[in-house]
Amino acid sequence: MDNFAQAGVVENVTCPACGLLCDDLTVERDAASNLKVSSNACQKSVVFFNRASQSSSPRINGKPADLAAAIAKAAEILGNAKHPLFSGLGTEVQGMRAVMSVADKSCAVVDHMNSNGFMRNIQVIQNSGWQVTTLTEVKNRVDLLVVVGTDIVTNFPRFFEREVWNKESMFGQDTATREVVYLGGRNINTAPGVSPDGRQPDVLPCDIDRLPDVTAALRALVLGKKLYATEVGGIATSELEKLAERLKNAKYSVVTWAAGAVNVPHAELTIQNITEMVKSLNKTTRSSGLPLGGLEGEMNANQVSAWISGYPMRTSYARGYPEHDPYHFSTDALLASGETDALFWISSLNPDRLAPKVELPTVVFGHPDMKLEQEPDVFIPVAVPGIDHKGIAFRSDNVVSLPLAQLRNSALPRLGDVLSAIEQAL
Amino acid sequence: MLIKLTGGTVYDPAHGINGKVMDIYVRDGRIVERPRDEERIDQEYNLAGKVVMAGAIDMHTHIGGGKVNIARTMLPEDHRGDPVAHSDLCKAGCGHAAPSTLTTGYRYAEMGYTAGFEPAVLPMNARQAHLEMGDTPIIDKGGYVMLGSDDLLLRMMTAKKDQNAINDYVAWTINASQAMGVKVVNPGGISAFKFNQRWQDLDENNPFYQVTPRDVLQTLSRAVYELGVPHPLHIHGNNLGVPGNMDTTLNTMAGVDGYPIHLTHIQFHSYGTEGDRKFSSGAAQIAEAINKNKHVSADVGQILFGQTVTASGDNMSQFRNAGHAHPNKWVCMDIECDAGCGVVPFKYKDQNFVNALQWAIGLEIFLLVDDPWRIFLTTDHPNGAPFTSYPHLIKLLMDKTFRNDVFSRLNPDSQAMSTLASIDREYSLYEIAIMTRAGAAKLVGLHDRGHLGVGAGADITVYTDNPDREKMFAKPDYVFKDGELVVKDGQVVKVTWGGTHAVKPDFDRGIEKEISKYFNDFHTIKMDHMKVTDEHISEDGRGYVIEQECKGRREKTA
Repeated sequence: MDNFAQAGVVENVTCPACGLLCDDLTVERDAASNLKVSSNACQKSVVFFNRASQSSSPRINGKPADLAAAIAKAAEILGNAKHPLFSGLGTEVQGMRAVMSVADKSCAVVDHMNSNGFMRNIQVIQNSGWQVTTLTEVKNRVDLLVVVGTDIVTNFPRFFEREVWNKESMFGQDTATREVVYLGGRNINTAPGVSPDGRQPDVLPCDIDRLPDVTAALRALVLGKKLYATEVGGIATSELEKLAERLKNAKYSVVTWAAGAVNVPHAELTIQNITEMVKSLNKTTRSSGLPLGGLEGEMNANQVSAWISGYPMRTSYARGYPEHDPYHFSTDALLASGETDALFWISSLNPDRLAPKVELPTVVFGHPDMKLEQEPDVFIPVAVPGIDHKGIAFRSDNVVSLPLAQLRNSALPRLGDVLSAIEQAL
Repeated sequence: MLIKLTGGTVYDPAHGINGKVMDIYVRDGRIVERPRDEERIDQEYNLAGKVVMAGAIDMHTHIGGGKVNIARTMLPEDHRGDPVAHSDLCKAGCGHAAPSTLTTGYRYAEMGYTAGFEPAVLPMNARQAHLEMGDTPIIDKGGYVMLGSDDLLLRMMTAKKDQNAINDYVAWTINASQAMGVKVVNPGGISAFKFNQRWQDLDENNPFYQVTPRDVLQTLSRAVYELGVPHPLHIHGNNLGVPGNMDTTLNTMAGVDGYPIHLTHIQFHSYGTEGDRKFSSGAAQIAEAINKNKHVSADVGQILFGQTVTASGDNMSQFRNAGHAHPNKWVCMDIECDAGCGVVPFKYKDQNFVNALQWAIGLEIFLLVDDPWRIFLTTDHPNGAPFTSYPHLIKLLMDKTFRNDVFSRLNPDSQAMSTLASIDREYSLYEIAIMTRAGAAKLVGLHDRGHLGVGAGADITVYTDNPDREKMFAKPDYVFKDGELVVKDGQVVKVTWGGTHAVKPDFDRGIEKEISKYFNDFHTIKMDHMKVTDEHISEDGRGYVIEQECKGRREKTA
């Protein structure tokens, strides 16, 4: 058993700061329980683990309160609400199970803070499905990586280090020969796409709002259609033709995107261009999509919601049974229309993700370092999963789940325990 | 707490009891001897005229894990037709083809089932499978872990590693995944698909490894036997759904050197190529082979008409069949150089020649296999039909008039291709109890389930005898789970959580050094993080692991 009161070094720590869930970090703890990532760090894990403070206490209307009073007040607000909304949902699996339980009991809506992006992928699954792969497959098989509309590394810093330029691979491939193409975006950081022997990636830049045209053109070319335009979104058609040929000739191409970055109206149709193109490629060779996500526990929220309710995010228990609507039950829509009469905001992994500013009774279950701009009716600081308590998190590829470790003692309660207490008090 | 179940008509095939009127006593969750006369009975149920069986066991049902959750996410329109509101006792959810976990547990219990086994637990997704099963109330759960297209096994086989080393790896995987057995899906084929192969015959080398599907079957069936794992290797064969695949299936039975094997959803693997449409029933030959080969058991994977969703680890076959998706959407995945999955919604139509003949082939197999201890009642939920159709399926097996009546309304060409109407057999209650209780428990390796003898876990289902067997099996009078009354008149009256059955075969711990290095070199997680601990199953405060006995490691047998 770890003695969390003493300084120590923990190896093979899982980092939930992004969807890669790297599990090879070494984290040092000093006698005051401050943490520091000492190996396999990246800019996100450093921010996540190296935050010092855990001194926050619950507040009611801005005044310090004990936890029991805060729970009672939160339960009162939930009990009085006719159409409560649980949103944010930045937590791990056990916390999310508690969210679903209290949402069912209180006839609430559940939505995640990243759903505006994530729901684009869900809509593709619900409309046409897709053919996708997972990180270990990428690490061992990819020969052509096409990166659409993102640099990957801003949100997933160690992607290239871990999945593309890895030294060993299962099937004898010289990973240095892997080809990387960035398609779309402007002035993105393509340096991580440079191979270990210095080969530059191909970069086909375009504005994000031209991605619908560019992906549609590439899909058409893969299908063997002839384009009469000489350029699409500023990219020469001849370049897109070359890319289509490379995709058809690759043995295991991977086309990746981050749904949140495809910030255009009806982005699901752009993503569908990518995923339907991948399906077409598989008629003759192998190709896979790789949706990148998993920030702030969005995979946890969608997975747990899907098995408990049958639906992903944006599901309402208002009628006593779950109903799903990707538009109607969005946080933005419910707050804008005034349908929601109480907001319960959860962000236990990231203190910077604040509740939307609303004129509603609001309860925030927050990371202890959360600096609020608007004081809610109740603020309950909760323990941070993967630091203050154990948990389970799903990775970006939606298949692999990893155990999160406890690294130190914390006086803060776990989200799951707080929500269960609120549910009991209803 | 001492409970007396008085005067029911008991069907307990594990003890040869066939419709005998007798009393059963239950104390603290277990069936016990008749107590001394002075002992106080806390509760008595008068079961005169009622039919009493052990709780039913579904030995092959897709109830947990990534592919099921993809199916749920993908099919909101299917869920909308079957919303389930919360009650004072039960949580809300939804039903039909890919029900929510909560609804799955309630509905199984309401049909008199007390255990279900997820047959396709990917090692890399095992934790999710257990999380989902952990949120499935009342029934006991368990899973078979998938091997056979994983890089490490194929790598070891290519390197001609000793069978003992392979046995250690298989045992390690069973332990790390908290499984009851081992399943192989399209042996080697899921791997071959990743190298762009679309088809794999039993004796064809994998495009990368010097290994054939037959090698995989022989190695794994032997490993499971030598490890003393009670459930024989659970085989989803090559070429699922392909006309003519009955030859592959017959070769599979013959090709495992006599080691025990279980062929799953065999209906999908029993097709011939006769007739104008080059699609015919291979049921007679398959059933004859099962009758002859005592080392073989099978479950049927019956299809029933209507909308459902197929969810399988066999992405090679699912990709091949994706053109039949209804509605037109599907997901295929390559997974972690370990396995794969494919989720394809499907609507079986009674006027479609192929679907109608599939229906008939399944029933032919049920009726032509002589030994109910070696054939099992499944729809491969949800692949052939949702599990909620079991009462209907039982009626088809027990009532020849009903069966022939349904048959006479199917696609006429398919009727002409089937011998079903000429088969007179009707299953008895005793045989149903074998298939769904005693036989299933024996096959899975549940020593204290599926029977009503002293010492058994008190999982008991009580029905009102009704000549309409669909009505009878849809709505039991009482269901007891571990001695607690959980269902009355077909409605949940108490929510319990059930446990997770697992076997823990011995292995040489030294192998972890090798596996750990392999993970560090090639995988994206650490070996230790793949393991599902007992704590992962119990930490929500509801679940628990029930360790079932292994027979002990056997010496080299070849």
